[in-house]
Amino acid sequence: MNDQNQKLTYATLRTKLDGHKGRTFWKSIDEVVDSDDFLAAVEQEYPSQSALLGDPINRRKFMKIMGASFALAGLTACGVAAPEDKIVPYVKAPENMVPGKTLQFATGLTLGGVSKGVLVTSYMGRPIKIEGNPDHPASLGATDAFTQAALLGLYDPDRSQAVRYFGEIRPWDVFSTNFRTALAEQKKKQGAGIRILTENVTSPTIGWQFQQIQKDFPQAKWHQYEPANRDHFYEGMKVAFGSYTDAVYQFDKADVVLALEADFLTTGAGAVRYTRDFMSKRKIREGKKEMNRLYVAESMPSSTGAVSDHRLPLKSSDIETVARAVAAQLGVNVGSAPVLEATLSKWVEAAVKDLKAHKGACLVVAGDHQPPVVHALVQAINQNLENVGKTVTYIEPVETSPVNQLESLKQLVTDINSGAVELLLIVGGNPVYNAPVDFKFEEAMKKVKMCIHLSLYHDETSHLAHWHIPQTHELENWSDARAYEGTVNIIQPLIAPLYKETKSLHEILAMFTEAFNQSPYSLVRDYWRTQKTTGDFESFWRKALHDGVVPETARPAKTVALQMDKVTAEAAKPAAASGGKKELHLQACHGVYDGRFANNGWLQELPKPLTKLTWDNAALMSWETAQGFGVANEDLVELTFKGRKMRVPVWIVPGHAKDSVTVHLGYGRTKAGHVAEGAGFNAYALRSSTEMWGGADLSVSKVGERYELACTQEHFDMNGGRMDEQHDREIIRVGTLEEYKKKPDFAQEDVDKPGHDPLTLFGNDHPYTGRAWGLAIDTSLCTGCNACVVACVAENNSPVVGKDQVRRGREMQWIRIDQYFSGDIAAPQIHHQPVMCQHCEAAPCEVVCPVAATTHSTEGINEMTYNRCIGTKYCSNNCPYKVRRFNFLAYQDFDTPVIQLGRNPNVTVRSRGVMEKCTFCVQRVNAARIEAEKENRPIADGEIKTACQQVCPAEAIVFGDLNDKTSRVAKLKAEPTGYGLLGELNTRPRVNYLATIRNPNSELGGGGGGHHGGGHE
Amino acid sequence: MADAALEKNPMSGRFDSEQIPVDKHGMIPVIADGHDLESVTEKVTAIVLTEPQKTPKGWIAGFFVAFCLLNVLMVALGYLVFKGVGIWGINIPVGWGFDIVNFVWWIGIGHAGTLISAILLLFKQQWRTSINRFAEAMTLFAVASAGIFPLFHTGRPWYAYFMFPQVNSLGMWMPQFRSPLLWDVFAVSTYGSVSLIFWYVGLIPDLAALRDRTKNQLLRVIYGMLSMGWRGSARHWNRYESIYMILAGLSTPLVLSVHTIVSFDFAVGIIPGWHSTVFPPYFVAGAIYSGFAMVLTLMIPMRWFYGLKDLITMRHIDNMAKILLVTGSMVFYAYLTEIFYAWYSASEFEWYMMKNRMTGPYWYMYAMLIMCNGITPQFLWFKKIRQNVPLLFCISIVVNIGMWLERYVIIVVSLHRDFLPSSWGMYTGTIWDWSLFIGTIGQFLALIFLFLRVLPSISIAEVRLLLPQGQVKEAHHHEA
Repeated sequence: MNDQNQKLTYATLRTKLDGHKGRTFWKSIDEVVDSDDFLAAVEQEYPSQSALLGDPINRRKFMKIMGASFALAGLTACGVAAPEDKIVPYVKAPENMVPGKTLQFATGLTLGGVSKGVLVTSYMGRPIKIEGNPDHPASLGATDAFTQAALLGLYDPDRSQAVRYFGEIRPWDVFSTNFRTALAEQKKKQGAGIRILTENVTSPTIGWQFQQIQKDFPQAKWHQYEPANRDHFYEGMKVAFGSYTDAVYQFDKADVVLALEADFLTTGAGAVRYTRDFMSKRKIREGKKEMNRLYVAESMPSSTGAVSDHRLPLKSSDIETVARAVAAQLGVNVGSAPVLEATLSKWVEAAVKDLKAHKGACLVVAGDHQPPVVHALVQAINQNLENVGKTVTYIEPVETSPVNQLESLKQLVTDINSGAVELLLIVGGNPVYNAPVDFKFEEAMKKVKMCIHLSLYHDETSHLAHWHIPQTHELENWSDARAYEGTVNIIQPLIAPLYKETKSLHEILAMFTEAFNQSPYSLVRDYWRTQKTTGDFESFWRKALHDGVVPETARPAKTVALQMDKVTAEAAKPAAASGGKKELHLQACHGVYDGRFANNGWLQELPKPLTKLTWDNAALMSWETAQGFGVANEDLVELTFKGRKMRVPVWIVPGHAKDSVTVHLGYGRTKAGHVAEGAGFNAYALRSSTEMWGGADLSVSKVGERYELACTQEHFDMNGGRMDEQHDREIIRVGTLEEYKKKPDFAQEDVDKPGHDPLTLFGNDHPYTGRAWGLAIDTSLCTGCNACVVACVAENNSPVVGKDQVRRGREMQWIRIDQYFSGDIAAPQIHHQPVMCQHCEAAPCEVVCPVAATTHSTEGINEMTYNRCIGTKYCSNNCPYKVRRFNFLAYQDFDTPVIQLGRNPNVTVRSRGVMEKCTFCVQRVNAARIEAEKENRPIADGEIKTACQQVCPAEAIVFGDLNDKTSRVAKLKAEPTGYGLLGELNTRPRVNYLATIRNPNSELGGGGGGHHGGGHE
Repeated sequence: MADAALEKNPMSGRFDSEQIPVDKHGMIPVIADGHDLESVTEKVTAIVLTEPQKTPKGWIAGFFVAFCLLNVLMVALGYLVFKGVGIWGINIPVGWGFDIVNFVWWIGIGHAGTLISAILLLFKQQWRTSINRFAEAMTLFAVASAGIFPLFHTGRPWYAYFMFPQVNSLGMWMPQFRSPLLWDVFAVSTYGSVSLIFWYVGLIPDLAALRDRTKNQLLRVIYGMLSMGWRGSARHWNRYESIYMILAGLSTPLVLSVHTIVSFDFAVGIIPGWHSTVFPPYFVAGAIYSGFAMVLTLMIPMRWFYGLKDLITMRHIDNMAKILLVTGSMVFYAYLTEIFYAWYSASEFEWYMMKNRMTGPYWYMYAMLIMCNGITPQFLWFKKIRQNVPLLFCISIVVNIGMWLERYVIIVVSLHRDFLPSSWGMYTGTIWDWSLFIGTIGQFLALIFLFLRVLPSISIAEVRLLLPQGQVKEAHHHEA
């Protein structure tokens, strides 16, 4: 510290006191209060009260008054902040606050800066569940797994709670004094030494704040970097249209979709909405006999590939060739048309023919990581197919200041290395961990005089920064952000910051201005006041907050002109040759994303789509490629890519493109917290600025060790050329649209037919004269995105058990997405089937429980009575669906206070030795029943949504009363495609599955159908 | 230990039929010649009434080992209660592992005693008399070991009393009676208590003999209290024999019912490999099979150690080997019918289950099972093998292992791959599974050692009845 010779200020007094706790604390107070410095300091901070110090009696009174705040000064790092003010019970309760009742508030949560509107359920001021905002265009009521898990992010006990200077805890005031001093110096040179590095920003308020900063510090520079950025997309758009342009798709208007390694259903800011739109064209119900068709070419199987009608495993680098070929066949000038090998050519021709036949009602999309030329070509293709304005709309980028982020970061590093940067503020992000390795960001950072890092965790970057400022969680602060199509929502806090030293981005940026102590609330409000000059601001503001959407802020359609010559010139450049070489493919993870969620147990423990791995990433490759390398699952290998190395275990993914290895980013964090410790391997070690998403020239060598991976669904049948994961069982039933047209009940067996009278010894069933709750799941619509899994965990207080327990087969999620492969192991069909408790009417679990801990309710819900359960596990053994979960050990955290804040108070937290399972969200059923009975009315259809149903972007899950023949679930049950899982066991499940129907192109053979479909004729 | 020791013993080794004394019916006598009332009493009580300082070193060594293993049990149970059943290898889908395997194994072993004492008594099989006391004791100790598992396999053993009818605040005084696990509670506790009473009643005359022969004042008081004032009067004998026959009558159905009900734990379930109507007879046969194997395993070293070959003769050994052969063949037949029905059911689940048993990840378990339980007992067709004591001892051990494997195959291998391939898993016992298993063996052996030391391991009164003196109607029953 450089305060040796400074006069004692109030701030430095606190510093002195800091670190002393308990008895010594009082001693030190006595030591300091008598000093002249102290008196001077008090006079400076509390001029009105310094007079008291002269009088011995009043001085004691003063000490009494000040005692509390001094005491808190000594306790800065002690977890959840106790309120400093007086605590009194509500004399007059806040409006709508009824103890025991929940309230919902609209706000937004961002990923990569882009927002999804959410409604957060608050219980007595504590957010306990996040749902989608039905009024928000990016959500329409649904959310994704990341959004669901944000709740745990808020309550993560590993979150940073204190300002740190070189790792040592310091009071905020010390930082602010230092920072303001540094800024004052910078002001003299117009901020020439200031650099601010943020993540992707769409917030209008932040944009406005930067404008204000520019006024005082015109030379200061703002850089943005996001590891999973959209640079390639924007550069491609620039080629096509001359400027950065964003694209918004209308999948609900597209009959044929070609996705070029574009996982539009689960990746990207619009994925939730796109899933809803896309799946609206795949609901084969009530006699409807048309559906869209999806072609996907991709290397690593994605959720989009899994639901597609035709999936072509193709190396990532070969996608460009396909894009060229498609463009050429449509008549777009791409120089010389590429020559494709026979099967590929047939596939492309069929797709192009199909697209041509649906001009104006089709769509071609490419993955953000694909090179710019692919994006440029895709725009030309869509223009050629007359899709612009119909299925694709161009808008201004939703980013506040769209830049090429890689260039932006590169510029920053260059500036630092040239010595131009004196004050570096890193807001969010974790560049030390995730910047391209060739930038050597870590070394560069050390050259900066003053480096400040604002972040949720004291992470890799924070450890190297001089100052670390703890950041408020999005559920704790005010802000605003844009959705994928531009709509703004105001982000409002659901709870006061749990840790009082935490600051938001707005507050840090405000420190550059004279109004440095502004609250984020006033900042955001002030900005919108400048925007809303007409009309009543207060009612506008209240409405925007209430609805969670600021009206008329969606980006209007942008008129763009395709620069065909530039596209042609770009396309005519030879593609990077990849033939024969092994290729590396990097991807953001569907659990930890770019690494930011590494400490989120819900996401770590989520079985990742298509691999079902938890807690680790792996070198994902096809069976054939693994054979080529002579490696098997869990063999540790060393990947060498352009001289960079990493070690990672192998995991075989059927359907992965051959000669290509996919590794997910975001693992191998070293300073992320307790949860992330030891989880996975850092793939950023292979990532350079020239190969952001991988490339050719990968070599794989066997280390000779094994590394155990925790997979929730083992695939046992991998050694043949073909796979039948179901072992000829009619578990997941798949058919084609043609089969459905010929025989709508192709999926049904005798037991599934209405009116089937099962043989039973016992005769009379419970009549269920009242309500009979049931669930319908349309497996056609399920992408396996996992949102339901996290939603269920959040709603039902399910614990995180850790890798070791998952390996032992003890994961605790109540709903799981079963995944089956069928057909050729190199290009199998992939099927998803969400499975939770089937609430069988003749439940095998109920008869075997010796203590009647699992019983049937009068409305047909199979209920668990936790306090009666003694844990014999007999019920689980006898469950043919294996949906029961057992607390083998004390999995729940009963000790950490902050974890307890986030629990759903309406769901029991289960102790060790107790069986648990899906309850059909009985707490929601009961809440609705109470409301309905109060109002003396029946429960309306759709009034109760289970957590899994509510979150599902595809609307694949429907809950309701089977006795009400007009309910959606009853209608779905009556569909000819409906069947009960393992119905032949006569368990009579209350969950009804609708068979998967695919719409393959007859020119490409049966493709999308399965040999399971139509097998009953 | 026993094998090597047996080599030195002139009574063991290969027997030629000429060397074995036979009676006038050509049968090996159940008691060797040369015994009279006094010698039988003396021989049996001498084991018990040996002064502490003269306790055989072999007993001390054996008990020390058993006691150490018993402490393993205590540690295993202590840690289990402290930490939870998660210390075991069980998971979803395999919710039962070593715990229930061991439970069924021990309960099966506990079948021999009552069968020998009750059923063979009713059938007037004289050869039972020398071994029934020991077999009954073994039954009780096996049930005691078995009883540990249903209690501690629960997630919350402190609430295991919920399985008994009780007045409580949960609003249900009676547990859920459709559950086979509850039937188990009643079946096993009934079996345990009836076996205990039967055993104790049988002990009374012998306890009186001990009371009368001991020179130690304290022992006289203890044995005196336990013998309940037995004086050996005709009235005593009259009442004694009636109650003994009644208890035998009561126990007989229990021999069949207990393992039938244990088999219901599985047969009532719907899991392929469990859901089978063949289970009750198959389990009972298996239980008797394993029980007799365990009697042989224990009795062969015991008769050698205490020199009781003239009371537990080759007749006994041979008969038990024959029972092993019969029950072993029944068990093997059940294995074959299981295969047949898996195929005949035309159910893909059943057939897959059987294929998986034979060729799946646990194929070696099934192969070993067939070797141990199917093939090994077939050697007992040969008289030479039946009368080769060391070989028989080895066979009995193999059968014990085989019966443990059988339960492992039924429980673990059926559960690990059931209906939905998505939830298939694997199971392996952890160190805590093993330590609890070994611990119960320790408890069993420790109890056996104590039993041998403090109670007459052969029924003196009944053996004396077999002597020529005992056959004389006019002979006056007097107690020494």
